[in-house]
Amino acid sequence: MSTDIAQAAPRKGRRRRFSQLSRRDRLVLIVMVGIPTFVHIMLVWIPALLTAVLSFFRWDNVRPVNTAEAVGTRNYWEIFTIFDNQLFPAMFNNLLLIVWLSVCSGVGILLAYLLDKNLKGTRVYQSIYYFPVVLSIAVVGFIWKSVMFSREAGLLNIMWPGEPVDFIGDQSKLFEINLPLLDFPLGLSKNFAALLIAMAWRHIGYIMVLYLAGLKSFDPSLREAAAIDGCGEWQAFRRVVFPGLKPINVVVAVITVIEALRAYDIVAALSEPRGTEVMGTLVTNSLMGEGGGYAGRGSAFGMVLFLMCIGFIIWYVINNFREREA
Amino acid sequence: MSAGASVQSVGDSRLKRTLLQSFLIFVAVAWLVPMAAALLSSFRYFERDTQVNGVFSWPKALTLDNYREAWRVGSIWSHFGKTLFIVLPALLLILLLSSMVAYACARYSWKFNVFFLVLFTAGNLMPQQVIFQPLFRIYKNTPWPDLLSDTDTGSLLGTKVAVILIHVAFQTGFCTFVLSNYMKTIPKELGEAAMMDGASVWRQYWQIIMPLCRPALAALATLEFTWLYNDFFWGSVLLNQGRERPITSSIAVLNGQYASDYNLIAAASMMIALPTLAVYLALQKHFISGLTLGANKG
Repeated sequence: MSTDIAQAAPRKGRRRRFSQLSRRDRLVLIVMVGIPTFVHIMLVWIPALLTAVLSFFRWDNVRPVNTAEAVGTRNYWEIFTIFDNQLFPAMFNNLLLIVWLSVCSGVGILLAYLLDKNLKGTRVYQSIYYFPVVLSIAVVGFIWKSVMFSREAGLLNIMWPGEPVDFIGDQSKLFEINLPLLDFPLGLSKNFAALLIAMAWRHIGYIMVLYLAGLKSFDPSLREAAAIDGCGEWQAFRRVVFPGLKPINVVVAVITVIEALRAYDIVAALSEPRGTEVMGTLVTNSLMGEGGGYAGRGSAFGMVLFLMCIGFIIWYVINNFREREA
Repeated sequence: MSAGASVQSVGDSRLKRTLLQSFLIFVAVAWLVPMAAALLSSFRYFERDTQVNGVFSWPKALTLDNYREAWRVGSIWSHFGKTLFIVLPALLLILLLSSMVAYACARYSWKFNVFFLVLFTAGNLMPQQVIFQPLFRIYKNTPWPDLLSDTDTGSLLGTKVAVILIHVAFQTGFCTFVLSNYMKTIPKELGEAAMMDGASVWRQYWQIIMPLCRPALAALATLEFTWLYNDFFWGSVLLNQGRERPITSSIAVLNGQYASDYNLIAAASMMIALPTLAVYLALQKHFISGLTLGANKG
């Protein structure tokens, strides 16, 4: 994708506006688009492409790049067989995140719907639900660590029915699944479950604000028509409002999935307790720090993450720009 | 919705409203509990108070010691300064570059304008971990005069410029998308009239379109400020010397050294959260409209 634009310098415009311009104006426009595009392609798309290439090489990340040795699909074979006990738990945690953040998005939509009724104090509620979104996820992790997770005094432990749990360190599983081809179980560890709750705190407000804006722009006469036709509230939402807000639904779906797949900060800020690995930390760890020095393998992990994301990115882009063209 | 309410009997809807209000209040309280508890903890002694009596006990005495200690060991002041030197230049560059692309794509019809928007939007959604390894190399092999860096390694890696550039490359995507939607709502006749008067493309952009985009620019500036300030990943992988890191990336160090002094961590969190919370409270309207502009198509 990135290579063909690099060659495709803006040619003469198809429609009249661009070709009508003077030569100098045209040059100015090309520079205005050219500089940002150069920065963007050089620092985002070219590195992405290079990661794809590197994933077929073995390289220790220290010696010069020309010592890298082409190994075909060996890195992929390795991560799916030898390092499957790293890959699949991380992938599974990302999948759990997708499911969990989708549930949270549902809650956010519900809150938006309730706030859209314009009760007294709506603005105050809105501000309160939204404020965790302006905190960094790393800070969210720290706030929750300091008051919610600790074994001695954390709020989660006060509500937890059993023995006190160290919600940062305890990697024992809440549930486990045994899959046929894996010789270890996949599951949700207690510390990851705690992180999920902290992430919900931040995610729900975000979705709530987005959806509330959509609801406010929704044509009220459609709802009145639904009410006159005898639709109950739930029916009116499901059959009239929700389908009518399709553009927002797409945005919410993409934000939810991409946030789930990109998760990194909260795990890394809390020093990556075992049981909370996600794809993001897996990639980073094989590239730097103690476990570093495996550029090929790290890139292969990276490509798996990329492939998990790309479908949603394409879906979002198609949805956004097809309607624009029409 | 007003029609729905009028159909129901008055008593029924009043009961419903009360239930709804109590539910919303309950959620709001639940939302504030972690923050309030962290705030309170940050003013308490840890070893002789919180650890013995629990987070949700009434404090025996209040202290500023946690703040003093976190301020000192976390070098908060110096990291605030470093953050500012990254966030402000990045913010200005992002708004400038993205408004230029948005202007060219939204105000002129040429063959590739949708293509550029797709390129930027898709790039913005890429997971950062996928690109960081080759980026690291590219930076390492890019010569950079020591005069302009504070690390004197001769390459771009480890300088603030490196972090600024990647922020610009990434965030330009989102801002271009938002601004091009916004610029499309400005009537085409404005540009045409200016062109008749002989205004160049640049003058139209700088003197006509940009001033009209002020609301969108303000909204994006507040939103991007928090995003850049809250960046954890780039600050920690590109600036390997802990001293140079922006504030959000630097807290991982505190977590390593003072892992079990929860009140100290709470105090550090409060100080780090303060700038973004202040911006949010002061400019809430811009925040929400920034997000909305990104989600609703113009």
